Amino acid sequence: MSRCWHGLERGLAAALLALALAGCATQSGTVVLLPEPDGAATAVTVRQGERTVVLDRPYAAAELTSAGPRAGVASAGDVEATFGTALAAQPRRPAAFTLYFVEQSDAFTDDSQRLFDGVVAEIARFPVPDVVVVGHTDAVGGDAFNDDLARKRAEAVRQRLVARGIPAAGIVTVGRGKREPAVPTPDGVAEPRNRRVEIVVR
Amino acid sequence: MTTTSRLRAALAAAVLAASTAGAQVGDIGQVKVVKGSVTIERGGQVLPASVGLRVRTADVVRTGADASVGITMVDDTLLSAGPHSVLVLDRCDYDAATRAGRLDAALSQGTLAVVSGRIARQSPDAMTVRTPHAVLGVRGTTFAVSAHEPVLARP
Repeated sequence: MSRCWHGLERGLAAALLALALAGCATQSGTVVLLPEPDGAATAVTVRQGERTVVLDRPYAAAELTSAGPRAGVASAGDVEATFGTALAAQPRRPAAFTLYFVEQSDAFTDDSQRLFDGVVAEIARFPVPDVVVVGHTDAVGGDAFNDDLARKRAEAVRQRLVARGIPAAGIVTVGRGKREPAVPTPDGVAEPRNRRVEIVVR
Repeated sequence: MTTTSRLRAALAAAVLAASTAGAQVGDIGQVKVVKGSVTIERGGQVLPASVGLRVRTADVVRTGADASVGITMVDDTLLSAGPHSVLVLDRCDYDAATRAGRLDAALSQGTLAVVSGRIARQSPDAMTVRTPHAVLGVRGTTFAVSAHEPVLARP
């Protein structure tokens, strides 16, 4: 992109922002697409009556006017000036962890035992951690046995989290037995990667 | 304080206590960040928003001057509003098993930052954010929107 075009974009953004801040008679809001942390492709459609603008690049913007949405480009500075307070109040992004167990047991594998401290620390960073622990098993044994084992694994993790200071009221446990393997196998097959709990915190 | 207003305060406290405990049927999200004066209007009552409060369908979230609020919805959508904002949580149906559902919110005024969650990821037309003058269709994304009344002309 040439410097000249970049300058034009900046000028446009400044004009957009000036309109937004002045509360101009015909302007009633602004929409800005923001960059994704992982750079994933995304889009927002902005529809006013019959007219639609698609924002599909970071910092693509639409000014809402009485004549319909008007496409433009905002800068990081524009975004900070208008949306800085709202963005600063964004909750921590939900996170997920998987921990593994010894066969037919609710004891962590040595690797998972070592990782557990880190998981606790991550969960503790949430202001009011809302935690779901889902227990799973491999395909050895019947449904009743595996449902029970999956529940025991989830419950064991709940107790370990509570013992480490995560509030019990925010933890829900579920056992899914052998129904949702991470690695599909024929029935009766022992698979360490399926002997696990999935922990989601938001 | 009159008997009626005392009763109302007690009721509000009871509602608040019920909604800060574990997630219940009807909860669609949870307040995670509060700065300054933030209230939630629910069924004619006005509750002070505090960190941990569970939100429900049709809740109206209002922020005062210098205030802001951050809410995590059950599908992992993050909604955060800046000062002088009015955010209406119109609808959030989410099926954790299929990860599908519908989420509709409205920003009547102020500023809103959105990180969309599983509902928008699962189906491109399943999440909308309305402002008084536009409808935003969310295709799995991070964006910000402001809304204010035009001073003179109406479309």
